[in-house]
Amino acid sequence: MHLTEEEKRVALEQTGNILENYSRERGNLIPILQQVQEKLGYVPLVAMEEVARHLGIPAVDVYSVATFYNQFRLIPPGKHQIKVCMGTACHMKGGNIILDCWKRRLGIDVNQVTPDREFSLERVACVGCCTMAPVTVIDEEVHGKVTPTRVDGLLFSFGVKILKGQQKEGEAVEEQ
Amino acid sequence: MKSSSIVAETFAKLQQKSRTAWQSLRDRPLILVGTATCGRAAGALEILKIIKEELEKHGLDAQVLEVGCMGHCYAEPLVTVYKPGFPPISYGYVTEGIAARLVQDFLGGDDPCLEFALAALETNDMVPALTDFPRGMIEKPIILDRCGLIDPAKIEHYIALGGYAALAGALTREPEWVLEEIKASGLRGRGGAGFPTGRKWETCRLAPGEKKYVICNADEGDPGAFMDRAILESNPHEVLEGLAIAAYAVGARQGYFYIRAEYPLAVERVKKAIEQARQAGLLGINILGSGFSFDVDVFQGSGAFVCGEETALIASMEGEPGLPRHRPPFPATAGLWGKPTVINNVKTLAYVPHIIERGAQWFRETGTAGSPGTAVFALAGKVINTGLAEVPMGTTLRELVYDVGSGIPRGKAFKAVQIGGPSGGCLPETALDMPIDFDSLSQAGAMMGSGGMVILDEDDCMVEIARFFLDFTQKESCGKCTMCHLGTKQMLEILEAITKGQGKPGDIELLLELAEDVKAGSLCGLGKTAPNPVLSTIRYFRDEYEAHIKERRCPALMCRELIAYYILPEKCERSCDACVGSCPVEAIYPNEDRIKVIDQQKCVKCASCLEACPPQYKAVIKLSPPELVAERGA
Repeated sequence: MHLTEEEKRVALEQTGNILENYSRERGNLIPILQQVQEKLGYVPLVAMEEVARHLGIPAVDVYSVATFYNQFRLIPPGKHQIKVCMGTACHMKGGNIILDCWKRRLGIDVNQVTPDREFSLERVACVGCCTMAPVTVIDEEVHGKVTPTRVDGLLFSFGVKILKGQQKEGEAVEEQ
Repeated sequence: MKSSSIVAETFAKLQQKSRTAWQSLRDRPLILVGTATCGRAAGALEILKIIKEELEKHGLDAQVLEVGCMGHCYAEPLVTVYKPGFPPISYGYVTEGIAARLVQDFLGGDDPCLEFALAALETNDMVPALTDFPRGMIEKPIILDRCGLIDPAKIEHYIALGGYAALAGALTREPEWVLEEIKASGLRGRGGAGFPTGRKWETCRLAPGEKKYVICNADEGDPGAFMDRAILESNPHEVLEGLAIAAYAVGARQGYFYIRAEYPLAVERVKKAIEQARQAGLLGINILGSGFSFDVDVFQGSGAFVCGEETALIASMEGEPGLPRHRPPFPATAGLWGKPTVINNVKTLAYVPHIIERGAQWFRETGTAGSPGTAVFALAGKVINTGLAEVPMGTTLRELVYDVGSGIPRGKAFKAVQIGGPSGGCLPETALDMPIDFDSLSQAGAMMGSGGMVILDEDDCMVEIARFFLDFTQKESCGKCTMCHLGTKQMLEILEAITKGQGKPGDIELLLELAEDVKAGSLCGLGKTAPNPVLSTIRYFRDEYEAHIKERRCPALMCRELIAYYILPEKCERSCDACVGSCPVEAIYPNEDRIKVIDQQKCVKCASCLEACPPQYKAVIKLSPPELVAERGA
């Protein structure tokens, strides 16, 4: 996914602001990256280079950390982030069925963003709400006991209208 | 001796102040709403809002508090009402209507709305108390005791109920005394491996060097375990106090909470707790005038399961990818930044204040000889009363599943219990009467792990469960050891083939062989235990593997490639179209007799129709192998 010049500029500016609060110690690397992600929603390449310069370490070291940990996202997320829990209890209660539903409705695969950047889909390990399985987390809000129809309902609450049978399989249709 | 009397005096003042604040809560009605993550998922925040609105609407005077989790997660959202003249009563499954009625009829009138009551918190002659139920008789809460009864964001509640007395007490004695007490208690690490905590502390204390660290490991990554989250969200001060005592015992001045990224609420509450403890003079320089200084920071994990392993955790705090290191040297001698470091699990630290306060002997009275104390289990999966339960070590699985958990829902048959997460194993019905502690579990091929317990019924396929856990560990393998990241990959491919009906004779033997290699060739606990779910399911449920391989049949009707959905024509009701509407891909159509039929080409096997079919018809069934559909002439 290509970033616009504007996005790069914002990323650099925000990263610069964050770096002012951190000393040049290697131990600050993960907290810095977390801050960048919290501000921007993702960790772009330009930000990683900037962080590397600040800490005086090779950019590839920053890249290796950012790609090792599941938390860091390298592309901009959708406006609404949908995280489907894939923990044991959710799995036993049909978490993969729910994940399939989201994939089908949004027309994207895991770790992808819809073309209009409205939704992104992720699978997460246990969110610790096993008793509410299966669980989907949308923008930090936990939804428990999700069923395929509830998926449609949740999408509806974001203004997405599901027109069954009138679209290609798996395609979500925006309300006009 | 002088400083110890200052400590006692300063703390007594603090305690007095907190008790006054706590007592004043009881003067008027008090409503507690459980707003830990599990409560929130069930809508507790809306309930909280309704209660506040209703109180205002009726002009009633009552205090509303947000509390943590009592462990009765099945009944969330949970509300507890204290009204003078009545025992404290907990209400479960609270809806907006029930919340409104509690305010109007109980607080406004004198009707305690017993039809919605779950149980009372104290024995009385009006409502059965929690301790009158089988669950209450088996449970023996030590570290969960105050969870859900106090506001985690108010340090004075914790202090009023005896909190920080252990720290104050410890500070009046020598660190060696604290160490000996923990050693004598026989406390074993609750993170999973069960290493004696006292020995770990002693090693760190004796290690040379001025600078030492203590870390609370809250990187609870096991799918199916959520007690660390619940404790941190419900009673963060208990763990903080334990960490401070640990620091005093080993001689550390700096501590950390390593909390995983997926627990934002826990991070928030721990940060708040640290701040309050600093303000109260229980953290920072010269704590309570004792001369001992200690401070704590929070480090947030970044979503890597392997970081629950202590050397990988340290690597990530140092800004490196979380790869485990070779042990020895153990972190207790060379840990964070090469300094001696004690890393303890949340629950381990939560026991510490209780042991210091009530003594090692008291702690040993509960549990088994080899594993004293209690164990916290997170019950999830196919069990009626899901949630957290703290029971003495040595309780049997049967008591946990049938008394604490109230058995299997929908009258299904129990099949197995998966215990210990991805490092643990599946135990069958024959193991139900085994008393559980660290040692008995590892003998049976499972592991205490962090205490996650997922109950499986007849609808759960054991091959699929093994595949699920291996898929998890495979993805989380850090890539350092070849046998772990490639060996598990090979095992996973075989298991995937089996669940798709493409298994070959000899696959089971190959899996067993690979499992031994992966165990032998891995550095850390992740790889060493990764094959456990596969080994235990083969050990106890080999027939299911064979059915998949030889007959292309999934006995539990779970593996999607091996089943088909089918509507029984003789049971389908002509006037009902519930399944048609529920199908997300329009695979169901009525035939010329208005009996519904599934187009097997279109069906995505999502189970919507099975759920939608009204229980009086029960017309949708699953068939395995899928060829049976053709035989039935559909």
